Amino acid sequence: MTATDQPIPGTPIFDGKMAQKGYALNKMCFSFNDAENRDEFVQDEDAYCTKYGLDDQQKAAIKGRNVLDLIEAGGNIYYLAKFAGIFGLGVQDIGAQQTGVTVEEFKQKLLDAGA
Amino acid sequence: MANVIGGFSTSHIPAIGNAISKKVFDDPYWKPFFDAYPPVHEWIADEKPDIAVVIYNDHGLNFFLDKMPTFSIGAATEYHNKDEGWGLQPVEPFPGDPGLSWHIIETAVEDEFEVTTCQEMYVDHAFAVPMSLFWPDRAGDDQVKTVPIVVNTVQHPLPSPSRCFRFGQSIGRARASYPDDEKIVVIGTGGLSHQLDGTRAGFINKEFDEMCMDKIVGAPEELAKYSTHELIELAGAQGVELINWLVMRGALTGDVSLAHANYHIPISNTAAGLMVLNNQA
Repeated sequence: MTATDQPIPGTPIFDGKMAQKGYALNKMCFSFNDAENRDEFVQDEDAYCTKYGLDDQQKAAIKGRNVLDLIEAGGNIYYLAKFAGIFGLGVQDIGAQQTGVTVEEFKQKLLDAGA
Repeated sequence: MANVIGGFSTSHIPAIGNAISKKVFDDPYWKPFFDAYPPVHEWIADEKPDIAVVIYNDHGLNFFLDKMPTFSIGAATEYHNKDEGWGLQPVEPFPGDPGLSWHIIETAVEDEFEVTTCQEMYVDHAFAVPMSLFWPDRAGDDQVKTVPIVVNTVQHPLPSPSRCFRFGQSIGRARASYPDDEKIVVIGTGGLSHQLDGTRAGFINKEFDEMCMDKIVGAPEELAKYSTHELIELAGAQGVELINWLVMRGALTGDVSLAHANYHIPISNTAAGLMVLNNQA
Protein backbone atom coordinates (compact mmCIF):
# COMPACT_ATOMS: atom_id res chain seq x y z
CA MET A 1 0.00 0.00 0.00
CA THR A 2 1.49 3.30 -1.02
CA ALA A 3 0.21 6.83 -0.65
CA THR A 4 -0.92 6.87 -4.30
CA ASP A 5 -2.92 3.61 -4.28
CA GLN A 6 -6.65 4.02 -4.87
CA PRO A 7 -8.88 2.73 -2.06
CA ILE A 8 -10.41 -0.71 -2.66
CA PRO A 9 -14.17 -0.45 -2.03
CA GLY A 10 -15.33 -2.19 1.14
CA THR A 11 -11.78 -3.06 2.13
CA PRO A 12 -10.20 -1.45 5.20
CA ILE A 13 -6.41 -1.09 5.16
CA PHE A 14 -4.96 -1.20 8.65
CA ASP A 15 -2.00 1.17 8.29
CA GLY A 16 0.00 3.31 10.69
CA LYS A 17 -2.73 5.90 10.95
CA MET A 18 -5.32 3.28 11.95
CA ALA A 19 -2.85 1.51 14.24
CA GLN A 20 -2.32 4.77 16.09
CA LYS A 21 -6.03 5.60 16.22
CA GLY A 22 -7.05 2.13 17.39
CA TYR A 23 -4.19 1.42 19.78
CA ALA A 24 -6.21 1.39 23.03
CA LEU A 25 -9.08 -0.57 21.51
CA ASN A 26 -6.76 -3.17 19.98
CA LYS A 27 -4.74 -3.42 23.18
CA MET A 28 -7.91 -4.22 25.10
CA CYS A 29 -8.91 -6.84 22.52
CA PHE A 30 -5.38 -8.32 22.60
CA SER A 31 -5.85 -8.80 26.37
CA PHE A 32 -8.77 -11.15 25.60
CA ASN A 33 -6.26 -13.87 24.75
CA ASP A 34 -6.44 -14.59 28.51
CA ALA A 35 -9.60 -16.11 29.97
CA GLU A 36 -9.34 -14.12 33.19
CA ASN A 37 -9.37 -10.86 31.21
CA ARG A 38 -12.41 -11.97 29.25
CA ASP A 39 -14.16 -12.69 32.57
CA GLU A 40 -13.17 -9.31 33.96
CA PHE A 41 -14.60 -7.59 30.86
CA VAL A 42 -17.88 -9.51 31.12
CA GLN A 43 -18.25 -8.60 34.81
CA ASP A 44 -17.90 -4.85 34.22
CA GLU A 45 -17.56 -3.78 30.60
CA ASP A 46 -17.43 -0.04 31.24
CA ALA A 47 -14.74 -0.32 33.89
CA TYR A 48 -12.68 -2.57 31.62
CA CYS A 49 -12.93 -0.13 28.67
CA THR A 50 -11.92 2.74 30.96
CA LYS A 51 -8.98 0.75 32.29
CA TYR A 52 -7.64 0.43 28.74
CA GLY A 53 -8.27 4.10 27.95
CA LEU A 54 -10.80 3.69 25.13
CA ASP A 55 -12.18 6.97 23.74
CA ASP A 56 -15.93 7.66 23.45
CA GLN A 57 -16.17 6.45 19.86
CA GLN A 58 -14.46 3.18 20.77
CA LYS A 59 -16.59 2.69 23.89
CA ALA A 60 -19.78 3.26 21.86
CA ALA A 61 -18.64 0.80 19.18
CA ILE A 62 -17.92 -1.84 21.84
CA LYS A 63 -21.33 -1.27 23.42
CA GLY A 64 -23.00 -1.48 20.01
CA ARG A 65 -21.22 -4.77 19.13
CA ASN A 66 -20.92 -3.31 15.64
CA VAL A 67 -17.91 -4.52 13.66
CA LEU A 68 -17.92 -1.77 11.00
CA ASP A 69 -18.06 0.86 13.78
CA LEU A 70 -15.23 -0.91 15.60
CA ILE A 71 -13.11 -0.88 12.43
CA GLU A 72 -13.95 2.79 11.91
CA ALA A 73 -12.74 3.41 15.48
CA GLY A 74 -9.36 1.88 14.61
CA GLY A 75 -10.02 -1.77 15.42
CA ASN A 76 -8.01 -4.42 13.59
CA ILE A 77 -9.96 -7.51 12.55
CA TYR A 78 -7.51 -9.98 14.12
CA TYR A 79 -7.87 -8.38 17.56
CA LEU A 80 -11.60 -7.72 17.09
CA ALA A 81 -12.05 -11.46 16.49
CA LYS A 82 -11.04 -12.00 20.13
CA PHE A 83 -13.74 -9.56 21.24
CA ALA A 84 -16.31 -11.41 19.10
CA GLY A 85 -15.14 -14.68 20.62
CA ILE A 86 -16.39 -13.58 24.04
CA PHE A 87 -19.92 -13.80 22.61
CA GLY A 88 -19.26 -17.03 20.76
CA LEU A 89 -19.30 -15.25 17.39
CA GLY A 90 -17.04 -16.41 14.56
CA VAL A 91 -15.88 -14.85 11.29
CA GLN A 92 -19.05 -15.87 9.47
CA ASP A 93 -21.24 -14.07 12.03
CA ILE A 94 -18.96 -11.04 11.67
CA GLY A 95 -19.10 -11.30 7.87
CA ALA A 96 -22.90 -11.43 7.87
CA GLN A 97 -23.15 -8.42 10.17
CA GLN A 98 -20.81 -6.29 8.04
CA THR A 99 -22.53 -7.16 4.78
CA GLY A 100 -26.06 -6.77 6.13
CA VAL A 101 -27.28 -10.31 5.47
CA THR A 102 -28.22 -13.27 7.67
CA VAL A 103 -25.52 -15.77 8.61
CA GLU A 104 -27.28 -18.37 6.42
CA GLU A 105 -27.23 -15.99 3.45
CA PHE A 106 -23.56 -15.22 4.06
CA LYS A 107 -22.69 -18.93 4.15
CA GLN A 108 -24.68 -19.52 0.96
CA LYS A 109 -22.77 -16.75 -0.79
CA LEU A 110 -19.51 -18.56 0.07
CA LEU A 111 -20.87 -21.89 -1.16
CA ASP A 112 -21.94 -20.17 -4.39
CA ALA A 113 -18.40 -18.85 -4.89
CA GLY A 114 -17.20 -22.44 -5.21
CA ALA A 115 -19.97 -23.62 -7.51
CA MET B 1 24.75 -29.95 3.82
CA ALA B 2 21.05 -30.02 4.54
CA ASN B 3 18.55 -30.46 1.72
CA VAL B 4 15.24 -28.77 1.15
CA ILE B 5 13.39 -31.79 -0.22
CA GLY B 6 10.07 -30.07 -0.79
CA GLY B 7 7.54 -27.40 0.01
CA PHE B 8 3.97 -27.56 1.25
CA SER B 9 1.36 -24.87 1.32
CA THR B 10 -1.99 -25.00 3.07
CA SER B 11 -4.70 -22.74 4.40
CA HIS B 12 -4.63 -22.34 8.19
CA ILE B 13 -8.24 -21.42 9.03
CA PRO B 14 -9.03 -21.73 12.78
CA ALA B 15 -12.23 -23.67 12.01
CA ILE B 16 -10.00 -26.51 10.74
CA GLY B 17 -8.48 -26.75 14.22
CA ASN B 18 -11.95 -27.07 15.71
CA ALA B 19 -12.91 -29.68 13.14
CA ILE B 20 -9.77 -31.69 14.01
CA SER B 21 -10.57 -31.54 17.77
CA LYS B 22 -14.11 -32.72 17.03
CA LYS B 23 -12.88 -35.36 14.52
CA VAL B 24 -15.58 -34.45 11.98
CA PHE B 25 -13.45 -35.70 9.07
CA ASP B 26 -16.35 -37.49 7.35
CA ASP B 27 -18.89 -34.71 7.79
CA PRO B 28 -20.14 -33.67 4.28
CA TYR B 29 -18.88 -30.09 4.78
CA TRP B 30 -15.39 -31.24 5.79
CA LYS B 31 -14.80 -34.42 3.80
CA PRO B 32 -13.72 -32.73 0.51
CA PHE B 33 -11.18 -30.77 2.52
CA PHE B 34 -9.70 -33.50 4.75
CA ASP B 35 -9.65 -36.10 1.94
CA ALA B 36 -6.87 -34.10 0.27
CA TYR B 37 -4.40 -34.68 3.14
CA PRO B 38 -3.66 -38.48 3.14
CA PRO B 39 -1.50 -38.10 -0.02
CA VAL B 40 0.63 -35.61 1.96
CA HIS B 41 0.93 -38.12 4.82
CA GLU B 42 2.17 -40.68 2.28
CA TRP B 43 4.71 -38.18 0.91
CA ILE B 44 5.95 -37.55 4.47
CA ALA B 45 6.16 -41.31 5.19
CA ASP B 46 8.23 -41.82 2.02
CA GLU B 47 10.49 -38.76 2.21
CA LYS B 48 10.86 -38.55 6.02
CA PRO B 49 11.69 -34.86 6.51
CA ASP B 50 13.57 -34.12 9.78
CA ILE B 51 12.74 -30.42 10.06
CA ALA B 52 9.76 -28.25 9.05
CA VAL B 53 10.45 -24.55 8.44
CA VAL B 54 6.99 -22.98 8.78
CA ILE B 55 6.24 -19.56 7.28
CA TYR B 56 3.07 -18.00 8.70
CA ASN B 57 1.54 -14.79 10.00
CA ASP B 58 0.74 -14.24 13.68
CA HIS B 59 -2.85 -13.10 14.34
CA GLY B 60 -2.27 -11.33 17.64
CA LEU B 61 -1.12 -14.13 19.93
CA ASN B 62 2.64 -13.53 20.12
CA PHE B 63 2.94 -10.05 18.64
CA PHE B 64 0.97 -6.91 19.41
CA LEU B 65 1.11 -3.44 17.85
CA ASP B 66 3.54 -2.26 20.54
CA LYS B 67 6.30 -4.01 18.54
CA MET B 68 5.47 -5.32 15.10
CA PRO B 69 8.43 -6.89 13.29
CA THR B 70 8.27 -7.51 9.54
CA PHE B 71 10.13 -10.85 9.52
CA SER B 72 10.73 -12.84 12.74
CA ILE B 73 12.49 -16.14 13.22
CA GLY B 74 12.00 -18.44 16.20
CA ALA B 75 15.20 -19.68 17.82
CA ALA B 76 13.87 -21.75 20.73
CA THR B 77 14.12 -25.39 21.75
CA GLU B 78 10.33 -25.54 22.11
CA TYR B 79 7.29 -23.54 20.97
CA HIS B 80 3.97 -23.38 22.78
CA ASN B 81 0.51 -22.84 21.38
CA LYS B 82 -2.13 -21.22 23.60
CA ASP B 83 -5.64 -19.81 23.93
CA GLU B 84 -6.30 -17.16 21.27
CA GLY B 85 -9.56 -16.02 22.77
CA TRP B 86 -12.17 -17.78 20.70
CA GLY B 87 -12.21 -21.34 21.92
CA LEU B 88 -9.60 -23.22 19.89
CA GLN B 89 -8.03 -25.93 22.09
CA PRO B 90 -4.24 -25.45 22.50
CA VAL B 91 -2.17 -28.35 21.16
CA GLU B 92 1.00 -30.00 22.51
CA PRO B 93 4.27 -28.00 22.27
CA PHE B 94 6.43 -28.25 19.15
CA PRO B 95 10.16 -29.07 19.35
CA GLY B 96 12.47 -26.47 17.81
CA ASP B 97 15.87 -26.71 16.15
CA PRO B 98 17.86 -23.71 17.39
CA GLY B 99 20.93 -24.78 15.37
CA LEU B 100 19.11 -24.43 12.07
CA SER B 101 17.23 -21.34 13.32
CA TRP B 102 20.46 -19.47 14.02
CA HIS B 103 21.97 -20.61 10.74
CA ILE B 104 18.95 -19.24 8.84
CA ILE B 105 19.15 -16.01 10.88
CA GLU B 106 22.87 -15.57 10.12
CA THR B 107 22.38 -16.21 6.42
CA ALA B 108 19.37 -13.90 6.26
CA VAL B 109 21.24 -10.98 7.84
CA GLU B 110 24.24 -11.66 5.60
CA ASP B 111 21.77 -11.36 2.69
CA GLU B 112 20.53 -8.04 4.18
CA PHE B 113 17.25 -9.32 5.63
CA GLU B 114 17.48 -7.86 9.14
CA VAL B 115 15.16 -10.24 10.96
CA THR B 116 13.87 -10.19 14.53
CA THR B 117 15.06 -13.17 16.58
CA CYS B 118 12.75 -14.81 19.12
CA GLN B 119 14.00 -17.13 21.86
CA GLU B 120 10.51 -17.17 23.35
CA MET B 121 7.58 -17.26 21.03
CA TYR B 122 3.98 -18.48 21.12
CA VAL B 123 2.84 -20.06 17.88
CA ASP B 124 -0.79 -19.43 16.89
CA HIS B 125 -3.29 -21.39 14.74
CA ALA B 126 -1.49 -20.35 11.55
CA PHE B 127 1.42 -22.52 12.67
CA ALA B 128 -0.42 -25.18 14.72
CA VAL B 129 -3.28 -26.01 12.32
CA PRO B 130 -0.98 -26.83 9.37
CA MET B 131 1.25 -28.92 11.66
CA SER B 132 -1.82 -30.88 12.84
CA LEU B 133 -2.94 -31.35 9.22
CA PHE B 134 0.43 -32.63 8.04
CA TRP B 135 1.53 -34.56 11.15
CA PRO B 136 -1.75 -35.65 12.80
CA ASP B 137 -0.01 -38.22 15.02
CA ARG B 138 3.15 -36.35 15.98
CA ALA B 139 4.45 -37.29 19.45
CA GLY B 140 7.64 -38.06 21.34
CA ASP B 141 11.31 -37.44 20.61
CA ASP B 142 11.22 -38.63 17.00
CA GLN B 143 8.71 -36.07 15.79
CA VAL B 144 9.62 -33.48 13.19
CA LYS B 145 11.49 -30.43 14.54
CA THR B 146 10.37 -26.93 13.63
CA VAL B 147 11.61 -23.45 12.78
CA PRO B 148 8.75 -20.90 12.89
CA ILE B 149 9.12 -17.82 10.67
CA VAL B 150 6.57 -15.02 11.01
CA VAL B 151 5.69 -12.49 8.30
CA ASN B 152 3.74 -9.36 9.29
CA THR B 153 0.33 -9.22 7.63
CA VAL B 154 -1.38 -7.32 10.48
CA GLN B 155 -0.17 -3.76 10.06
CA HIS B 156 0.63 -2.05 6.75
CA PRO B 157 3.06 -1.54 5.14
CA LEU B 158 3.60 -5.28 4.65
CA PRO B 159 6.71 -6.69 2.99
CA SER B 160 6.12 -6.79 -0.78
CA PRO B 161 5.53 -10.09 -2.59
CA SER B 162 8.91 -9.80 -4.35
CA ARG B 163 10.68 -9.12 -1.04
CA CYS B 164 9.02 -12.21 0.44
CA PHE B 165 10.11 -14.33 -2.52
CA ARG B 166 13.72 -13.14 -2.12
CA PHE B 167 13.59 -13.76 1.64
CA GLY B 168 12.61 -17.34 0.79
CA GLN B 169 15.59 -17.60 -1.56
CA SER B 170 17.84 -16.61 1.34
CA ILE B 171 16.34 -19.42 3.43
CA GLY B 172 17.01 -21.76 0.51
CA ARG B 173 20.66 -20.64 0.40
CA ALA B 174 21.07 -21.19 4.14
CA ARG B 175 20.51 -24.92 3.83
CA ALA B 176 23.49 -25.33 1.43
CA SER B 177 26.00 -24.15 4.02
CA TYR B 178 24.38 -25.96 6.96
CA PRO B 179 26.75 -28.64 8.26
CA ASP B 180 24.15 -31.24 9.34
CA ASP B 181 22.86 -33.67 6.75
CA GLU B 182 19.15 -33.20 7.40
CA LYS B 183 16.04 -33.16 5.25
CA ILE B 184 13.99 -29.99 5.38
CA VAL B 185 10.46 -29.28 4.21
CA VAL B 186 9.41 -25.62 3.94
CA ILE B 187 5.75 -24.82 4.61
CA GLY B 188 3.88 -21.65 3.61
CA THR B 189 0.54 -21.26 5.37
CA GLY B 190 -2.56 -19.11 4.82
CA GLY B 191 -4.65 -18.07 1.86
CA LEU B 192 -6.02 -18.46 -0.57
CA SER B 193 -8.54 -15.71 -1.40
CA HIS B 194 -10.59 -14.45 1.53
CA GLN B 195 -11.63 -11.29 3.31
CA LEU B 196 -12.90 -11.01 6.88
CA ASP B 197 -13.34 -7.26 7.32
CA GLY B 198 -15.34 -4.50 5.67
CA THR B 199 -18.41 -4.57 3.45
CA ARG B 200 -16.48 -6.75 0.96
CA ALA B 201 -16.24 -9.54 3.61
CA GLY B 202 -16.78 -12.95 2.05
CA PHE B 203 -14.91 -12.02 -1.14
CA ILE B 204 -13.45 -15.04 -2.97
CA ASN B 205 -11.70 -15.13 -6.37
CA LYS B 206 -11.51 -18.67 -7.72
CA GLU B 207 -9.97 -17.71 -11.06
CA PHE B 208 -7.12 -15.81 -9.40
CA ASP B 209 -6.46 -18.61 -6.89
CA GLU B 210 -6.29 -21.23 -9.62
CA MET B 211 -3.87 -19.05 -11.57
CA CYS B 212 -1.68 -18.68 -8.43
CA MET B 213 -1.63 -22.45 -7.83
CA ASP B 214 -0.51 -22.95 -11.42
CA LYS B 215 2.14 -20.20 -11.53
CA ILE B 216 3.68 -20.95 -8.15
CA VAL B 217 5.03 -24.26 -9.45
CA GLY B 218 7.00 -23.09 -12.48
CA ALA B 219 6.73 -19.29 -12.70
CA PRO B 220 6.65 -17.86 -9.16
CA GLU B 221 8.42 -14.68 -10.34
CA GLU B 222 5.18 -13.72 -12.09
CA LEU B 223 3.32 -13.80 -8.75
CA ALA B 224 6.13 -11.91 -7.03
CA LYS B 225 5.51 -9.01 -9.44
CA TYR B 226 2.18 -8.11 -7.87
CA SER B 227 2.10 -5.21 -5.43
CA THR B 228 0.55 -5.72 -1.98
CA HIS B 229 -2.31 -3.47 -3.06
CA GLU B 230 -2.99 -5.55 -6.19
CA LEU B 231 -2.95 -8.76 -4.14
CA ILE B 232 -5.52 -7.35 -1.71
CA GLU B 233 -7.74 -6.25 -4.58
CA LEU B 234 -7.50 -9.64 -6.33
CA ALA B 235 -7.39 -12.04 -3.36
CA GLY B 236 -9.11 -10.11 -0.55
CA ALA B 237 -7.67 -8.34 2.48
CA GLN B 238 -6.47 -11.59 4.09
CA GLY B 239 -5.78 -13.31 0.78
CA VAL B 240 -2.57 -11.31 0.97
CA GLU B 241 -1.28 -14.29 2.99
CA LEU B 242 -0.16 -15.58 -0.39
CA ILE B 243 3.11 -13.83 0.52
CA ASN B 244 3.78 -16.71 2.97
CA TRP B 245 3.48 -19.13 0.03
CA LEU B 246 5.97 -16.97 -1.89
CA VAL B 247 8.53 -17.22 0.94
CA MET B 248 8.10 -21.00 0.83
CA ARG B 249 8.47 -21.12 -2.95
CA GLY B 250 11.56 -18.90 -2.85
CA ALA B 251 13.23 -21.45 -0.57
CA LEU B 252 12.89 -24.15 -3.24
CA THR B 253 15.96 -23.34 -5.32
CA GLY B 254 16.27 -26.61 -7.25
CA ASP B 255 14.07 -28.20 -9.93
CA VAL B 256 10.52 -27.87 -8.67
CA SER B 257 7.67 -30.17 -9.65
CA LEU B 258 4.09 -30.60 -8.47
CA ALA B 259 3.41 -33.72 -6.38
CA HIS B 260 -0.13 -33.02 -5.16
CA ALA B 261 -2.68 -30.20 -5.02
CA ASN B 262 -6.24 -29.55 -3.92
CA TYR B 263 -8.50 -26.51 -4.04
CA HIS B 264 -11.81 -26.28 -2.20
CA ILE B 265 -14.37 -23.51 -1.59
CA PRO B 266 -15.36 -22.73 1.10
CA ILE B 267 -13.92 -23.52 4.49
CA SER B 268 -15.37 -20.85 6.75
CA ASN B 269 -14.82 -17.60 4.76
CA THR B 270 -11.88 -18.93 2.79
CA ALA B 271 -10.90 -20.70 -0.41
CA ALA B 272 -8.70 -23.53 0.87
CA GLY B 273 -5.59 -24.42 -1.12
CA LEU B 274 -3.16 -27.28 -0.59
CA MET B 275 0.03 -27.97 -2.51
CA VAL B 276 2.95 -30.36 -2.25
CA LEU B 277 6.01 -29.48 -4.32
CA ASN B 278 9.11 -31.61 -4.84
CA ASN B 279 12.47 -29.83 -4.90
CA GLN B 280 15.22 -31.69 -6.71
CA ALA B 281 18.65 -30.28 -5.79
